[in-house]
Amino acid sequence: MKKLPLYALAHARSGDKGDGSNVGVLAYDDAGYEILRDWLTPVRVKAHFAGIVCGNVERFEMPNLRALNFLLHDSLGGGGSASLKTDAQGKTHAMALLRIEVDVPDDYQPPAVGSQGATAPGGEL
Amino acid sequence: MAADKVVRVANGQGFWGDSVDAPVRLIEEGPLDYLTLDYLAEVTMSIMQKLHRRDPSKGYATDFIELIRRTLPTLRKKGVKVIANAGGVNPEACRAALLDVARGQDARGLKIGSVTGDDILGRLDELVEAGAALTNLDDGRPFSEIHEKVLSANVYVGSFPVADALRQGADIVVTGRSTDPGLVLSPLIAEFGWSAGDWDLLAAGTVAGHIIECGAQCTGGNFSRWWEVEGLDRIGYPIIHASPDGSFVVTKHDGTGGMVTPETVGEQLVYEMGDPTGYITPDCVVDFTSIRLAQDGKDRVHVHGIAGREATDSYKVSISFLEGYKASGQLTVSGPDALAKARVCADALWGRLAFAGIGFEDTVTEFIGANTCHGDIIEVPDRLGEVVLRVGVKDADRGKVDRFGKELAPLVTSGPPGVTGFAGGRPKATEVLGYWPALLAKRHVTTNVHVEEVP
Repeated sequence: MKKLPLYALAHARSGDKGDGSNVGVLAYDDAGYEILRDWLTPVRVKAHFAGIVCGNVERFEMPNLRALNFLLHDSLGGGGSASLKTDAQGKTHAMALLRIEVDVPDDYQPPAVGSQGATAPGGEL
Repeated sequence: MAADKVVRVANGQGFWGDSVDAPVRLIEEGPLDYLTLDYLAEVTMSIMQKLHRRDPSKGYATDFIELIRRTLPTLRKKGVKVIANAGGVNPEACRAALLDVARGQDARGLKIGSVTGDDILGRLDELVEAGAALTNLDDGRPFSEIHEKVLSANVYVGSFPVADALRQGADIVVTGRSTDPGLVLSPLIAEFGWSAGDWDLLAAGTVAGHIIECGAQCTGGNFSRWWEVEGLDRIGYPIIHASPDGSFVVTKHDGTGGMVTPETVGEQLVYEMGDPTGYITPDCVVDFTSIRLAQDGKDRVHVHGIAGREATDSYKVSISFLEGYKASGQLTVSGPDALAKARVCADALWGRLAFAGIGFEDTVTEFIGANTCHGDIIEVPDRLGEVVLRVGVKDADRGKVDRFGKELAPLVTSGPPGVTGFAGGRPKATEVLGYWPALLAKRHVTTNVHVEEVP
């Protein structure tokens, strides 16, 4: 096994959903989707968001988009206008989840992605 | 109807406060049949109710009237029809204001429609009497807890009333609280003759609406691989090219910035998603695990295969109520030792308030620049050039919240050195609006469609 940041395997978007947020994670290829379906469990996601997600984490599978949808309950400090937090809508939760280090088989090579790769050229990752 | 008929529907306003130029550019920079605009958020309705209470002729999105004033000649020349939920809590006044604009521009023959019936604020007692529970959909609390504090109450109505207005020849249709995807579905119902029972087709139109309802979020905005997106300064807003069989292409005008790929569209499909197999709207229930995406040329994504199910027998209701007051403010703390000094500022501020005997229902202390958003997921760097201290409070007592606002400025002179950025005056208390989602049996609600022609 080796570790890869979720950035290498998938892209994601988040927003608010009731009392919490949702993060949709979209894998770049079928092999990556299989890896994430096994490894990226609600328990691991909840642990990653320790201190941010106060409720439970639910997961839904969307194989047609190679996507996993996570509901992060009670993660906004009160929904809508009731929250005092800067990120009252969970807009940054997708980027936070993309930082998680995923255990992948040694022989897994993430696919070439986009025009310039899966991380920002000259960026911090 | 020809099987190859294509209807072009755009979204030029993803939310209250979106780009003012985007809808104008959609009208002017390429071909279009329908322009949809979303002006409402959950908090917007209560603001509009307040305006309406002060002046019965108000309570709708006045931005929309200005947009029509600016674009009506082009809309008429190109034959573009407009659908907007700009009616707020007063769609008929919105229609009247539009008629004034149209008369002023001598737009004879122009037809303007409005849909009403969504606003149930004045009917709450009657509905409760008739047995509507309006139990909180998220946590099961009884409606009696907030009944006396309600500021607005609206049903998310379906797409068929707007389609009716279009069939009656309306060139512009304004609604109150309709669903965002329904703004896009309604012209497809009118053009293709879809009806209740065509669940897959209604689901397809709903997905089309979901993809473009947040404007540029499917054309390169908010995209994970942001470095690939070119031309954000002239980003194109999305357009659906819909076919009668329910398939459609997501695209944007030629020559605009941004990009449309299965990845930019895919991210928007999962945005604000709950259980993907049961996306419930007043018109149908959509299974998002049925959707297929494929690139179909540059900046064109073909979407097909969408499956839907029969609509439920209830409407979703959005109720807002006064929950209290809040205020927040910030100071910038420069280094060296920026984070340590910001912590001293925060401790001093909360200590002074405690010494004055003032506590709050909820408070927040954030050190922006030191992982406000991502918490312990990444380490805070050892040396931060500066940190923004952001503090906020929430309480039922407005006076206490205003008192908090007076405690920030003194820190510039009575705290550690190098503290600045206090501008714009003391933070003022603003209303905290509670959001109460509920269900209401459809039989309780009647929608009305009114289309009027400019003489």
